[in-house]
Amino acid sequence: MTLAPDEQKAPVPEGHVRLTIDGREVIAPKGEILIRTCERLGIIVPRFCDHPLLDPAGACRQCLVEVELGGRPMPKPQASCTMTVADGMVVRTQHTSPVAAKAQAGVMELLLINHPLDCPICDKGGECPLQNQAMTTGRADSRFLEKKRTFPKPLAISTQVLLDRERCVLCQRCTRFSEEIAGDPFIDLLERGAQQQIGTAADKPFQSYFSGNTIQICPVGALTSAAYRFRSRPFDLKSTPGVAEFDSSGSAIRVDTRRGVVMRRLAGNDPEVNEEWLDDRSRFAFRYLTSAGRITRPMVRREDGELHETSWTDALAVAAKGLLAAKEAAGIGVLAGGRLTVEDAYAYAKFARVAAGTNDVDFRARPHSAEELDFLAAHVVGTTPDHLSFTKLEAAPTVLCVALEPEEEAPIVYLRLRKAARKRGQRVYHLGQWTTPAVERTSQSLGSAAPAAKDNLIPAVPGAEAAVLRDLPADVVAALSEPGAVILVGERAAEVSGLYSAVSVVAASTGATIGWIPRRAGERGALDAGAAPNLLPGGRLVTDAAARAEIEKAWGLPAGSIPATVGRDTDEILAAAAIGDLSALVVGGLDPNDLADPAAALDGLREVGFLVSLEMHTSAVTELADVVLPVAPDAQRAGSYLNWEGRLRSWEPALDPSGVLPDCRVLDTLAVEMDADLFTQTPAAAAGELARLGTVERKAAPPTVEAGVPSVPGFGQAVLATWRQLLDASSMSVDEPALAGTARPALLRVNAATAERLGLTEGAPATVRTERGSITLPVELADLPDGVVWLPGNAENSRVRATLGAGHGDLVGVSA
Amino acid sequence: MTDPLTPVLTRNWRAERSWSLAAYEQAGGYRALRHALTAHPDQIIALVKDSGLRGRGGAGFPTGMKWSFIPQGPDGPGAKPKYLVVNADEGEPGTCKDIPTMMADPHSLIEGCIITCYAIRANFCAIYVRGEALHPIRRVRHAVEEAYAKGYLGKDILGSGFDLDIVVHAGAGAYICGEETALLDSLEGKRGQPRLKPPFPATSGLYASPTVVNNVETIASVPHIVAGGSEWFRSMGTEQSPGPKIYSISGHVERPGQYEAPLGITLRELLDMAGGMKDGIPLKFWTPGGSSTPLFTAEHLDVPLDFEGAAAAGSMLGTTAVQVFNETVSVPWAVMKWTEFYKHESCGKCTPCREGTYWLVQILERMVHGQGTEEDIDTMLDICDNILGRSFCALGDGATSPITSAIKYFRHEFLDLIAAQPAVARPEQLAELSGASA
Repeated sequence: MTLAPDEQKAPVPEGHVRLTIDGREVIAPKGEILIRTCERLGIIVPRFCDHPLLDPAGACRQCLVEVELGGRPMPKPQASCTMTVADGMVVRTQHTSPVAAKAQAGVMELLLINHPLDCPICDKGGECPLQNQAMTTGRADSRFLEKKRTFPKPLAISTQVLLDRERCVLCQRCTRFSEEIAGDPFIDLLERGAQQQIGTAADKPFQSYFSGNTIQICPVGALTSAAYRFRSRPFDLKSTPGVAEFDSSGSAIRVDTRRGVVMRRLAGNDPEVNEEWLDDRSRFAFRYLTSAGRITRPMVRREDGELHETSWTDALAVAAKGLLAAKEAAGIGVLAGGRLTVEDAYAYAKFARVAAGTNDVDFRARPHSAEELDFLAAHVVGTTPDHLSFTKLEAAPTVLCVALEPEEEAPIVYLRLRKAARKRGQRVYHLGQWTTPAVERTSQSLGSAAPAAKDNLIPAVPGAEAAVLRDLPADVVAALSEPGAVILVGERAAEVSGLYSAVSVVAASTGATIGWIPRRAGERGALDAGAAPNLLPGGRLVTDAAARAEIEKAWGLPAGSIPATVGRDTDEILAAAAIGDLSALVVGGLDPNDLADPAAALDGLREVGFLVSLEMHTSAVTELADVVLPVAPDAQRAGSYLNWEGRLRSWEPALDPSGVLPDCRVLDTLAVEMDADLFTQTPAAAAGELARLGTVERKAAPPTVEAGVPSVPGFGQAVLATWRQLLDASSMSVDEPALAGTARPALLRVNAATAERLGLTEGAPATVRTERGSITLPVELADLPDGVVWLPGNAENSRVRATLGAGHGDLVGVSA
Repeated sequence: MTDPLTPVLTRNWRAERSWSLAAYEQAGGYRALRHALTAHPDQIIALVKDSGLRGRGGAGFPTGMKWSFIPQGPDGPGAKPKYLVVNADEGEPGTCKDIPTMMADPHSLIEGCIITCYAIRANFCAIYVRGEALHPIRRVRHAVEEAYAKGYLGKDILGSGFDLDIVVHAGAGAYICGEETALLDSLEGKRGQPRLKPPFPATSGLYASPTVVNNVETIASVPHIVAGGSEWFRSMGTEQSPGPKIYSISGHVERPGQYEAPLGITLRELLDMAGGMKDGIPLKFWTPGGSSTPLFTAEHLDVPLDFEGAAAAGSMLGTTAVQVFNETVSVPWAVMKWTEFYKHESCGKCTPCREGTYWLVQILERMVHGQGTEEDIDTMLDICDNILGRSFCALGDGATSPITSAIKYFRHEFLDLIAAQPAVARPEQLAELSGASA
């Protein structure tokens, strides 16, 4: 946009038009909506239904302006949220047109006749567009003497979202969001006229992972959060920008606190990352901060075998003594966990090398493989948004999701894929097991009126993904060969032998860009910070002598002090601990049940000579630890995550940080007690040092593991497919019953033929068993490959790894 | 004019079993179709353009021009399938022309559909009939079956190589679905609410494909134009509004009913045909084209009822639903009843229509119950001003017509209602009494 001086008319650039708004000439791109052009000029036309990320509706009629086209005034005022700019258009807003001003005042009066004006008790009061605009353009009194429309209130449209219909101005932002952005229109308009209302179908509540966004974009207080309702007023809240800690997207959030308590979290506005959206877990799950299991004081296990609270000095001294002894004995292993900030991960990486003198450090607290380490070192570590970003992902002609269920594992990635599929016709293929909601909602036939052709699932038996990927249909290969095409791969790939290698091969042959989307927020940062057995900070290979020397010099270590061989990975560390090949473990947030073999993991933790745990909440590790050191949650510390794009997402504390310490500080002090210096006293110090180390060019060769062969089910058996759902029994979702109520039901999925073979009936319970245990869930038929059953990975009544000791691709027994 | 009646559309209505294919064919039916199929589609469009036929659904848009907006050709938008959608959702208060047409002469509609589809190169046509009109739906469905059986519909119609399927769809009882874009959404199985325009149906209508939406009476006129030619058609009516038109006369006349006359006829002539005012009680007010058109009074007896004439006199031709009211009818009461209809039928999409009709009804009901104030009249006029031209579609505009025109011609009746009530210091006391505060 440029403002042209009066005397000389700048030429209108190609694809642009020149128009006049309130006497000011402006050049705007063709197709721009008038209200946006006004915004750019600083002219705010009041509106309710308009939202820049939603399709225009023109429903509220609040944004009427006078328009002259081709020298002829249009007979009626026009909705500036639906009209596009045109050359020579003359626009008069409420500032220069009495007609527009009267029309807007009239609509405002009409909007208020049925509005309860219960602002003093309304959650939205104080941050309400209707309230604000009524104050600026409304009448001081009302001419409405009649009866207002009322509805029973509130209506719980889910356990989490409450609807006060009498407050609703029927702008349809929520229904348009659900249909357009999330793609799960559980809510719609019902009835007509003044009785028109938002509602759900009788037996289908608003079970959307994105429902919280409707609360945030509601321009009145019609949609409120069950957890937040009546709990505070906007003007009592202190807002701090933050970053969502649940997934690897690094979504911008706003943390609203009052008197030292987080009251709510909202989506931040970051067009490059999460736009203005947030998934419900990132929005609503923050009660873990105050849950009963929160550890606030250091604890040491005494002679009586019990943990006792003690001082930091004592706890650190005990920890240092035990670790130094272990270092002299068989050595120390470091399990960093996948939810660390970049700064903390760097501290763990450095602690392992400097204080423990080992490469036995791994951030992967989940099933993993050596192939994965090679893949990450060859393709992922050190990549930045220049390589692949949300923006590039949206612009891609084709995206192939491999071993990734985006809506469950990275909801913001799913929203981008859906947006691209809907707006740009992006072809999104999913190499998976069944047509999940995300597969359906990113289908290519979006936008066409024809019934959705479910043509975007590339099915594979668990374990056969690598073979299927190496033998993709020709049309998919052609689509992936288009410039800008992307292959997204999720952490589940580690469970399928040869899959990371196949991704590497297909990317090389098609030219597609690889994006690695881990499920946890800290994994990408830990990788780049060097909290991995094969990598030092900045993508330096442990096996690279020059890289080791560089790091030794930077850290002030004697030459040759960093071991030259790749260290043990998580499973190997735990196995070594179990048989005394390691004498101590330093653990930073690990749930044995997340690992491939929970029983073996527990053995390692139980049998190891000395166990130091840095954690926020009591866990299975706490029960076995010799020293427990509490660490700070994100809200009480500064820090940053490296999201899957490789974008650094930093934040400052939202709550008073005194009295709690981040991991990097705890490790720094522990190291000092062990006579080693980490210089990671603060996140800023750690971040500064990591930044100074910089990133080196990736030199590792990609993995070359042959495609695995899937297991063949015998009589009464099936191959298990499993992944975790967004809302499940995750420890960070504790104390949020309203959120938990919107979780997808835990169902066993199987195709009709296999169900018949196994004697299963849709809707009836079926049992999946291994030698270790069994899980019983109701059956739902879906389009899985023959001989495959699917279970949710970590639902309350379906903790697959913990109960079955089995995972994706394993054989399980199935019976009715 | 000695005999103003020109039965064209209604010519066969009195025939024995007029709705049957046999009766229709006997009266010369489907001859126009055979003729049309020998012509080039563009010639049909040109013929209809020349005839000056204007849409009979109320807006009076030139039909041939509408057809010519449909993109043609093998590439681009012309490559999409094209559709004809017949708007038979006749719901405007007082309007009763499409339903009797479908009852008495469904084949004229079907023949019109086939010719129109041939002209616009559509192979699918949907007739969207008002859901409450169950009997006409059955009639049209039966007629469609007959036409299929006789080879007028289906593949290779009459050996011409032209294919056409017709679906008769029953609406679900919403006035808004008479609005063409709401009708299209409803037909697609969605909630019937008007769409944003542009894009217009001509480029992005049914299933986002080029679509012509025409009224039943418009389409039923087409075979007659093909048979009689544009000159013949233009011999009726006026220069700008040629052709015959079915006027639905209801209310206080001796013989209410459908009267077909050339456009431009006056109410005085229509009243003569309808046997004059019932029981000789004088005319008080009337609507020229349904309740959405501003009222006329006895002053307007000689207004020519064509598109231009009605507009020049401050109203609209609308659907030529002539509702006649005599001196016994209270204007505020009639306006209240109409407004109750608009409140009930407002689709709810936009604020002015949804909230405005809700408010207006309450004011009118209060006034009719003798609890109005002079201020209420100004408030109503101001509310109407805030609805007219501010609502999403024309239905909001229509809702204001009876009120503003009634106050224009009969303000004294509203004032009389106020004067008839017990003296109360107003309006503050009224607010107190009613316990309302907003």
